[in-house]
Amino acid sequence: MPNVMIRAKPDGILLFYIAKKDLEEQIAHVERDTDAEWGGEVELTGGSRYYIDPISPRPSFPTTLRFKRV
Amino acid sequence: MSTMTREETEALIQEVLEVYPEKVRKDREKHLTVIDQDVAESKKCITSNRKSLPGVMTVRGCAYAGSKGVVWGPIKDMVHISHGPVGCGQYSRAGRRNYYVGATGINTFGTMNFTSDFQEKDIVFGGDKKLAKIMTEIEQLFPLNKGITVQSECPIGLIGDDIEAVAKKTIAEIKKPVVPVRCEGFRGVSQSLGHHIANDSIRDWVLDARDKTSFNGTPYDVTVIGDYNVGGDAWASRTLLEEMGLRVIAQWSGDGTLAEIENTPKAKLNLIHCYRSMNYISRHMEEKYNIPWMEYNFFGPTKIAESLRKIAAFFDDNIKANAERVIEKYTAEYEAVIAKYRPRLEGKRVMLYVGGLRPRHIIGAYEDLGMEVVGTGYEFAHNDDYDRTIAEMGNTTLIYDDITGYEFEEFVKKVKPDLIGSGIKEKYIFQKMGIPFRQMHSWDYSGPYHGYDGFAIFARDMDMTLNNPCWKKIRAPWLDGPSATAGAAA
Repeated sequence: MPNVMIRAKPDGILLFYIAKKDLEEQIAHVERDTDAEWGGEVELTGGSRYYIDPISPRPSFPTTLRFKRV
Repeated sequence: MSTMTREETEALIQEVLEVYPEKVRKDREKHLTVIDQDVAESKKCITSNRKSLPGVMTVRGCAYAGSKGVVWGPIKDMVHISHGPVGCGQYSRAGRRNYYVGATGINTFGTMNFTSDFQEKDIVFGGDKKLAKIMTEIEQLFPLNKGITVQSECPIGLIGDDIEAVAKKTIAEIKKPVVPVRCEGFRGVSQSLGHHIANDSIRDWVLDARDKTSFNGTPYDVTVIGDYNVGGDAWASRTLLEEMGLRVIAQWSGDGTLAEIENTPKAKLNLIHCYRSMNYISRHMEEKYNIPWMEYNFFGPTKIAESLRKIAAFFDDNIKANAERVIEKYTAEYEAVIAKYRPRLEGKRVMLYVGGLRPRHIIGAYEDLGMEVVGTGYEFAHNDDYDRTIAEMGNTTLIYDDITGYEFEEFVKKVKPDLIGSGIKEKYIFQKMGIPFRQMHSWDYSGPYHGYDGFAIFARDMDMTLNNPCWKKIRAPWLDGPSATAGAAA
């Protein structure tokens, strides 16, 4: 269950950063991404997938969240 | 030898790896690669931030080096105690040339060595009492210090001293910040973890100290983060930002003070030069204080202009116009530098092996002088550094991570670069091989290299080294055959 810092790049793409693993990757797809909620299964550009219970309302980035590996 | 093709470079890596036992070869293979611009993610082609293998020669440092030497050490108005045996502090004292302004021993302490000088009895009975005592003594002898940091050396972690408790007790006693840093040398695989630990200790013990006090801010407050003022680098960068109309409210940590660090959360934009050592705190400030951060590069006019425009884009039109004016103002100056040195350096090939940001940042400066970087590598980079490097390099460039002494020598013998930029441990090997060499950690006791002013010095230094007549005298005259000797005798 890594602690992940999510931050938005200037072009709006979200970056997924795990300090402990020095992994910084772009998020390719989020299962639920609306103004009302954000979360579910998150897929990174590298193909690895993580899960977080949907948060509502959508959090403002950057923020640190706790994900589960899928 | 002209430029190598991809196949040749790959074959070279295999050739160099051949002498290793199979297990070692398998491991080292992952750290050496040829750049392929089509691979967007570096982790597919290179492994980094792994433990060096026992038996190979590495040039990495330790976590203490990353914290005391890099991040905390340059903060000039604090006393940094090297807590543990005397050697770690003494042999790293003032070697990095982090310039600062101030009266050393009165209100600044950058080049001094404070240590608790552990003896056998401290290891056996613990050193906490001694630490408390020396901090009281420091307060008496140097009353103008603004705070104390305790930089742990290996034994502190091994014997389990509670430096946090001592720090808290001393804070109550001297009423100044005391920061315990758990940067024991054995932690992590290189100095990189020391940077992270130091960043975390700033976050936990210092950064929020002035959150509730007012600050006379302007909309143009920026900070320079990750510039350690080696040979005056931060000053050369700072003047450019100020000419643009920005106000630099903090320098991290070259020529920096504790007050500047505490005021950093009031900035509007954090400018990161050394991404590797300071990205952690920048990310934290973005999350907690909503301060955006950006990486910039002040090596060489092309990259400086690019960075100044990128910085200006965060501000209003006035600053954007100022950025153009600054670039305009220095154009004649740097064009003269290029006109003078480019003909002497054109087409020369460079191999780099340094740490932090330089393996990718300096490339622009060499390219401005018409030189080509044919190999580059980091001592302690992580994957995100290599992601950033691929974009800067040409295809078929050799990349090496945590290169061993043997591999570096073999690569140099085969690639035959005209200039090598690395550290003191490599310097004399390559000079004896007859290859011009510049130390790119301390700028070979020169500098600054940042900014337009620095570029002029950089170009002069590269020319001075490369075109030095001594390189023609390295080979003994009798090795050139009888005709050469006869000619010399006559």
